[in-house]
Amino acid sequence: MTATSGKLMKGATGDWEVVIGMEIHAQVTSKSKLFSGASTAFGGDPNTHVSLVDVAMPGMLPVINEECVRQAVRTGLGLNAKINLRSVFDRKNYFYPDLPQGYQISQYKDPIVGEGEVTVELDGGKTATIGIERLHIEQDPGKMLHDQSPSLSYIDYNRCGVALMEIVSKPDIRDAEQAKAYVTKLRSIMRYLGTCDGDMEKGSLRADVNVSVRKPGGPLGTRCEIKNINSISFIGQAVEAEARRQIEIIEDGGVIEQETRRFDPDKGETRSMRSKEEAHDYRYFPDPDLLPLEFSQAFVDELKAALPELPDQKKARFIADLGLSPYDASVLVAERESAAFYESVLAALPDRARDGKLAANWVINELFGRLNKEGRDIASSPVSASQLAAIVALIGEGTISGKIAKDLFEIVWSEGGDPRELVESRGMKQVTDLGAIEKVVDEIIAANPDKVAQAKAKPQLAGWFVGQVMKSSGGKANPQAVNDLLKSKLGI
Amino acid sequence: MTDLTSLTLAEARKGLDSKTFTSLELTDAHLKAMEDARALNAFVMETPDQARAMAREADARIGKGEGGPLAGIPLGIKDLFATKDVRTTACSKILGNFVPTYESTVTSQLWRDGAVMLGKLNNDEFAMGSSNETSCFGPVGNPWRREGSNTTLVPGGSSGGSASAVAALLCMGATATDTGGSIRQPAAFTATVGIKPTYGRCSRWGIVAFASSLDQAGPIARSTRDAAILLRSMAGHDPKDTTSVDIPVPDYEASIGKSVKGMKIGIPKEYRLDGMPAEIEKLWAEGAAWLKAAGAELVEVSLPHTKYALPAYYIVAPAEASSNLARYDGVRYGLRVPGKSIGELYENTRAEGFGAEVRRRVMIGTYVLSAGYYDAYYIRAQRVRTLIKKDFEDCFTKGVNAILTPATPSAAFGIGEKGGADPVEMYLNDIFTVTVNMAGLPGIAVPAGKDAQGLPLGLQLIGRPFDEETLFSLGEVIEQAAGRFTPVRWW
Repeated sequence: MTATSGKLMKGATGDWEVVIGMEIHAQVTSKSKLFSGASTAFGGDPNTHVSLVDVAMPGMLPVINEECVRQAVRTGLGLNAKINLRSVFDRKNYFYPDLPQGYQISQYKDPIVGEGEVTVELDGGKTATIGIERLHIEQDPGKMLHDQSPSLSYIDYNRCGVALMEIVSKPDIRDAEQAKAYVTKLRSIMRYLGTCDGDMEKGSLRADVNVSVRKPGGPLGTRCEIKNINSISFIGQAVEAEARRQIEIIEDGGVIEQETRRFDPDKGETRSMRSKEEAHDYRYFPDPDLLPLEFSQAFVDELKAALPELPDQKKARFIADLGLSPYDASVLVAERESAAFYESVLAALPDRARDGKLAANWVINELFGRLNKEGRDIASSPVSASQLAAIVALIGEGTISGKIAKDLFEIVWSEGGDPRELVESRGMKQVTDLGAIEKVVDEIIAANPDKVAQAKAKPQLAGWFVGQVMKSSGGKANPQAVNDLLKSKLGI
Repeated sequence: MTDLTSLTLAEARKGLDSKTFTSLELTDAHLKAMEDARALNAFVMETPDQARAMAREADARIGKGEGGPLAGIPLGIKDLFATKDVRTTACSKILGNFVPTYESTVTSQLWRDGAVMLGKLNNDEFAMGSSNETSCFGPVGNPWRREGSNTTLVPGGSSGGSASAVAALLCMGATATDTGGSIRQPAAFTATVGIKPTYGRCSRWGIVAFASSLDQAGPIARSTRDAAILLRSMAGHDPKDTTSVDIPVPDYEASIGKSVKGMKIGIPKEYRLDGMPAEIEKLWAEGAAWLKAAGAELVEVSLPHTKYALPAYYIVAPAEASSNLARYDGVRYGLRVPGKSIGELYENTRAEGFGAEVRRRVMIGTYVLSAGYYDAYYIRAQRVRTLIKKDFEDCFTKGVNAILTPATPSAAFGIGEKGGADPVEMYLNDIFTVTVNMAGLPGIAVPAGKDAQGLPLGLQLIGRPFDEETLFSLGEVIEQAAGRFTPVRWW
């Protein structure tokens, strides 16, 4: 696979290409932890969701949570990846107080999911294909609390042992935009699948970003890993900042040291955490407490058959069946909830073929625009899918104009109500009675002979008449009828 | 009334069933024996109150005719088994006064079947040792002494407390664990019967881990029959241990006395070591003759990779141990020796909490798993393990039912006599037993005779996977031929 070229960065010595690979840690959506029955609920009092296994009491043994296995397989299928029917859990050994066993149970040589790929959406309707190297499942550690006491550190083991999927990309990402688009796409796929809630604020999704720079087409540079970035926009900023730092060092005659760094969003820079020399020797070896994880192809096939429609499939369907533009389709499918809302609108439309595209415009422009403006999400939209469908149907059937529809939307947004009834009760119906419109047109033409002369000379000025007619009809005149009448009366 | 402590478990069961005596009487007799035998240092924790309460309950159950298979039988528990509300230390300072809130699966099955807990038994620290000298509670005395000598000998290890207590008639049976020979070698040193069942037969849940892929629980008992009775209660599938195997547990006692006629017994030529004492050689031949007399057929077999077993074992076991023992870090439970940083806290705690042998194995294990050495040591050792397993499979495929070997290369030795300068000297104790753990097979050690100094010697029988029954049948033949051995009381 060849990477899609990205935005080159300018340096003193010319252009630089950025090469990025990512490791995404995604918390598996499951009721209980990867190897214990303890709850995974977020936000409990410290150390209330902890089992004997989680805190590594002597003699405790891990037992695999099959739901986490299913979730990992589903995710692998969503990434178009190879599912390994046999995988192995390994111990990654290191000492840290948030890691009670003194090792993390992970998968090293034989992960549950192998190579796959995802297509990501870029600006201007472009796409890029990013290769997936692997996906494996592992335990999350606990959380250190350093702010509870001046002299002591406390540990909350609630999160300890929760299942994570580590999704490793190939170094196919070429700039900050692609990096952000990649994480956005993974998040979207997992949210569609229900395998990770994608809540980056709660730490459900974190990224380690490997960045190196090179002259376009040149050999790969030394990479640095930026750990634990928990927002998509920070990922973009971190890539830019780190690439810029590396370019400056190289152009100043320096050498990039392979190391682990962290991103400081306040300063917009990356800072060294530890060098390669300080890197742990994790002494991976197969966990003797767990047998290799084995399942049948039938198990995979069953999960595959039950997968929901994923964003790419949905997008293709919207384009093919409803004639949406690729851009609109992408916007609608990006979030599972948005797509679901749009599909509810479609379901409530009497004439889907006629109004499906119009509905997409309304969902994207009016509804999303308004929601964004007020900082609300789709779940708390005051306008329901059936209300929006009713508004769109009223436009489609010619009962109201687009302009009146905007007023109607405002009323429904702030007061609620059945749009069709509102149109009746508030007299918002479009006037299509040609006689009535003709009367208004004649009056305005008669009252403005100078404008008539101008319009005859310069047909673009006919717009003024349209405005006048609409104004005097309270916006209810059918704009097409007004146009047609004016054209014939003015002889243009 | 005869001394109740001198009965076998099977005999005591009869007496309890017929109400000849009560469990409380039986328990009290053993508690008294324990008190009188503190010089042996077999128990690291006596639980007389709990024992009597359990005995009373057992008596009540027996009275109602609801006694389980072990109703009222007083047992000792190796301190490696987590016992709810009773201190469990693995005989390591690092666990300090750790009191579990949970009960190991194996012991909970014993209590389910009505057994009575007398207390916790001494063992080598984290089961790492072959003489019980690495325990933080000090060494255990073997009830056996060389004829005419006052030297206290080791009972073997790591289940030294279990073997000593059973041999000295302090408990009717004991739980033990075996990672490289820790049940069979002490059984051989004390003229008791010890069986390490097939890997996966007993749940490891709640047993302090040494080397997870090798650890198995099993009983040390006064007779083959007693071992069969105990194993039936200890064994069984446990959903909490995914390496335990979900197959039915047979009535092992039914194998006792079953004919061994026509069975093919393999005699592996590679177990005939250079410089092996003539007594061991003789014992082995004698054992073979007894089995032959009982109708078994003897065949010479070859286990060509035997010589690599011990070195490979001392890579695999420490590797797993180095990781299993990482949890003892002073952060959550057990000993904590503070330091200026978290790194210092770890170092101080583990330096003070672990004894020399444990530290040695943690270091070996860390080394063999480290980058650049992993392939040369760990991977190669795993390959050896596969070959050892195949050696046995080839034998069994040829129709061999069980393999007869000596249990140990020597009889018990004195405290402080071995391994002082060279730890390998101590490791060689397990030369005949580690192969069985590496292959995951069942192995039983039964007393078969004495050496010139009057010390007991044992023979080992190695069986097919999950065929402990054959081992019990064959063990019984040897036991019947060799007779019972009881030490002369000196403590």
